[in-house]
Amino acid sequence: MKYFGSGHGACPGCGLPIAVKTVLNALDGKVFAVNSTGCLEIISSQYGKNAWNVPYIHSLFENPAAVAAGVEAALKALKRKDEGYVVVFAGDGATADIGIGTLSGAFDRNHDILYICLDNEAYQNTGHQQSGLTPPGESTTTTPAGKVLPGKIGGKKDMISIAVAHGIPYVASSSVGYVADIRRKVKKAVKFEGAKYIQIHSPCVTGWGIDGEMSIKVARLAVETALYPLVEYEYGKLTSVRKIKERKPVEEYLKQQRRFRHLFKHPKGKEMIEMLQKFADENAEKYGLDLKKDEE
Amino acid sequence: MKQVVRGFYSVAYAVKLCKPNVICAYPITPQTEIVENLAAMYANGELGDAEYITAESEFGAASMLVGASAAGARVFTATCSQGLILMSEVLFNAAGMRLPIVLVNTNRALSAPLSIWNDHQDSMAMRDAGIMQVYVENNQEAHDMIPQAYKVAENRKVLLPFMICMDGYKLTHAYEPVDLLDQETVDSFLPPYEPAAYMTTRKPLAFGCYAPPHIYMEFRVAMQQAMERARDVMLEVYKEWAEVSGRDWGGHIVVDYPDSKIFVVAMGSVVGLLRKVVEELRNEGLSVGLIKIRTFRPFPIDELRKALKDAERVVALDRSVSFGYEGPVSIELKSAIYGHSSAEVYSYTVGLGGRDMPKDFLEGIIRDVVEGKEKPGFAFKGHHDFEEVVP
Ligand SMILES: Cc1ncc(C[n+]2csc(CCOP(=O)(O)OP(=O)(O)O)c2C)c(N)n1
Ligand code: SF4
Ligand SMILES: [Mg+2]
Repeated sequence: MKYFGSGHGACPGCGLPIAVKTVLNALDGKVFAVNSTGCLEIISSQYGKNAWNVPYIHSLFENPAAVAAGVEAALKALKRKDEGYVVVFAGDGATADIGIGTLSGAFDRNHDILYICLDNEAYQNTGHQQSGLTPPGESTTTTPAGKVLPGKIGGKKDMISIAVAHGIPYVASSSVGYVADIRRKVKKAVKFEGAKYIQIHSPCVTGWGIDGEMSIKVARLAVETALYPLVEYEYGKLTSVRKIKERKPVEEYLKQQRRFRHLFKHPKGKEMIEMLQKFADENAEKYGLDLKKDEE
Repeated sequence: MKQVVRGFYSVAYAVKLCKPNVICAYPITPQTEIVENLAAMYANGELGDAEYITAESEFGAASMLVGASAAGARVFTATCSQGLILMSEVLFNAAGMRLPIVLVNTNRALSAPLSIWNDHQDSMAMRDAGIMQVYVENNQEAHDMIPQAYKVAENRKVLLPFMICMDGYKLTHAYEPVDLLDQETVDSFLPPYEPAAYMTTRKPLAFGCYAPPHIYMEFRVAMQQAMERARDVMLEVYKEWAEVSGRDWGGHIVVDYPDSKIFVVAMGSVVGLLRKVVEELRNEGLSVGLIKIRTFRPFPIDELRKALKDAERVVALDRSVSFGYEGPVSIELKSAIYGHSSAEVYSYTVGLGGRDMPKDFLEGIIRDVVEGKEKPGFAFKGHHDFEEVVP
């Protein structure tokens, strides 16, 4: 691969390299990559096996937004901004949990950066612990399904709304199941001056408990069930959504993955599935996802 | 020409003359006025093309400097106390990445209990980070150290962060006559920053790699070697500075009355008062000398061995404590002279959280050691009896 690839050690079927390659190619490698600690960093930046063919920096788990802000400030001060775009690649844990302070600071100051959250819905690098972006009902190693508890209790943090609330020019969600969508959104995002946020749903084969060849299918199911709506905001206004032709019930998505399998036998499983279905229905309603007959 | 200015201004003004590209900061007493002064200079267009960023925290400020420095910028921040230890994860990281970040720490005590007053507990907590540390005695020295810090940190034999430690309030807020540098002098001494390696799309490099056991240790050994090289680089830079500015602050340590039998060792602003005390004791015919430690990291091992070779007693004054042991200056001093000097060490932690250290107090401590009223070992001095109330 031109900008990312040789030497990376991701599990076969992992969504991360797909997302990263798509972003870097969309920007013709004109990128200063800033990465947080996590799976992507570990699989791509080992000394002597660097898989990045763009300038790359990894500092800590919780500071990629600030590091990117610093890179951007330096490029501005040194009059080198035309060299490339400053792009963060950060996990959901880095983004929504431990790094949300620095993220908020960078958004608030509206640094000219593109922040990509690679949302595999848990701390995968450290062995699948829950994050703020883990959906309800998921069994993780820190929210295991037990005799009493049906996996994670509580919701998936709405980072899209949090990003929008900062008043930044561009916010979108996308999915490794739809690389053309990622490409389009990345190209569009960098046209805006200021902070941009794209959250990309990215399957983790080990954490989610799926076969590598199922990744894309599962990622698409998340969209087709409306559990992961693909939306786009410009200056706080919803400007596009990916419509769903025939919305599938959430069970179809859940049953493919080990992380949700307990829901089909747990005493509280039915309740959790209903909750997830309600969440999907609300997404469909909020974003107008269902393609009406007359829209076809 | 000398001007009467406050410590924070002497720092901010010197920073401006060093033409940093990126300044990121967060307020904390008693550092705030440094970054406020820089902000005012920025607002008045006096910082050239520099970017001044108001961070959301000290952690964010330090992180931005990591990004900016890696991208090839000369950078600056100032902090202290809670702010410094909030930065600590980033600073350890920056040192490992070999980024020549310069920061000023306006030494302040750590909470709890909360205190905004001066001691050295904050910077001492950072002594294993891989950051050079120099403690200054007055505001002229703080002013002069800024260009020197950049010159040392950016030297390709070194490439480590540099922290200038100045006593909070005692120096930051003190009015002192300071010979403010001019741009020409600083320009002639400090060339623009030319990074050895930096982030550029013209030649993509990776910063902050992950190192498995087969290679991690090599990076850490390289940091130690850089610190060792810094010893000589600092001395060269200090010497050059003396020539350029006409002010010679000495080497890693400064020894008054080298032939003494008894030495007092200290760092920071208290040295000024101690010099007076020691002078008076000398006038009484007592064989007392003074050692000011300027460079704490790298630790001046050889200099202290040489200075204390024939000493009989050493009074080491610490402004912090490693709980369960004693003050770090004493600990390190003892370990440095072990096998090289038979001096007995009296290690005293004094002046925590801004506790006053008046002249007669300092004199009393030294006199007691001179007169043999004390046994070698560790003690706090200057505290009251205080019963902890356990409900
Ligand atoms: C301050 C800090 N706390 C904890 C860790 C341990 N840690 C490293 S990566 C990680 C999880 C990463 O999760 P995420 O950001 O979602 O990325 P993923 O690996 O899932 O792609 C954790 C907990 C750390 N490196 N630093
Ligand atoms: S553990 Fe998951 S996220 Fe990490 S490399 Fe493997 S599949 Fe990708
Ligand atoms: Mg994750």
